[in-house]
Amino acid sequence: MVIEALPLQVGAELFPNGISRYAVGGLLVGLGVTVIYLGTGISAGASTFLESTLSYVSDRSCFQQYVASRDWRLVFTLGIVLGAAVYAVVYQGGAWTTDVQPWRLLVGGVFVGIGTRVGKGCTSGHGVCGVGSASKTSIVGVLTFLTVAIVTAQVVAALGVSP
Amino acid sequence: MSDRHPAFMPLILVGGLVFGFGLAYSQMARPEVVLNFLQFEDFGLVFVMFGGAAVTGLTFFVAPRLLGRAPLTGDSFERRLKSFDRNVLVGGAIFGVGWGLSGICPGAAYASLGIGNVTILWALAGMFLGAYAQGYWRSRSQARDTAATRAD
Repeated sequence: MVIEALPLQVGAELFPNGISRYAVGGLLVGLGVTVIYLGTGISAGASTFLESTLSYVSDRSCFQQYVASRDWRLVFTLGIVLGAAVYAVVYQGGAWTTDVQPWRLLVGGVFVGIGTRVGKGCTSGHGVCGVGSASKTSIVGVLTFLTVAIVTAQVVAALGVSP
Repeated sequence: MSDRHPAFMPLILVGGLVFGFGLAYSQMARPEVVLNFLQFEDFGLVFVMFGGAAVTGLTFFVAPRLLGRAPLTGDSFERRLKSFDRNVLVGGAIFGVGWGLSGICPGAAYASLGIGNVTILWALAGMFLGAYAQGYWRSRSQARDTAATRAD
């Protein structure tokens, strides 16, 4: 009995909130990319929006190269916000706010903003689209940021920063 | 882009809606859940990333074989792979520090705003600052390189 129950117990410990919300959500994220790809041939990532949107306010050439795609990237991002809002209204039952401290979000955001641009992608560009297309560059990118993120989060937690 | 298919933007919007709904449903719009994953307290994020990658992988594999060209743009379904260089490692490591510190990445941050998390504006402000700083440095160093080449 004890041995039979062991795998289930381990499963429950690794996934205290079950797996369906994560699996279903992940499949929908992939479906969103699929809809756009099948219609347009574009494999959409989320982080280029940062640079393409800056092209509205900056004349620098590094941002201006995204002028052709900035309009649809704005619409894509608007869709992400609205899609999440639908979830909030239908399933969440109202607004939810994080307890993670603002300085962590701001400083972390700066690193994310620099890192995705230097590293050519983020969790959706490399993690979902890149890994999905079996790109070696993206797989290495994902392994790099995943490893560093795990170490960072563990160190921050060990230093007693919470939440 | 006046020659663009009238369904182009609506389709992008629908794709974004599904993408954002999926991010919110998968709880990735909550930094706490991502941080729990990075601290090995809840491995659910694995299912999100690989679930998403499995669907896109199937799409990227099947579409070029069954369909000729994308109906709304006329573009072919080719793989646009990013080249590998040192930047992928350096940028990935910088991204990792930010992700591990805040529990937030670009797509999830937009979705987080959608679920009413106004505090996430701090992270969004940080991302735009970071992206701007990176672009500023890059255009400066490119200008310097060009000047140096001309001087030679």
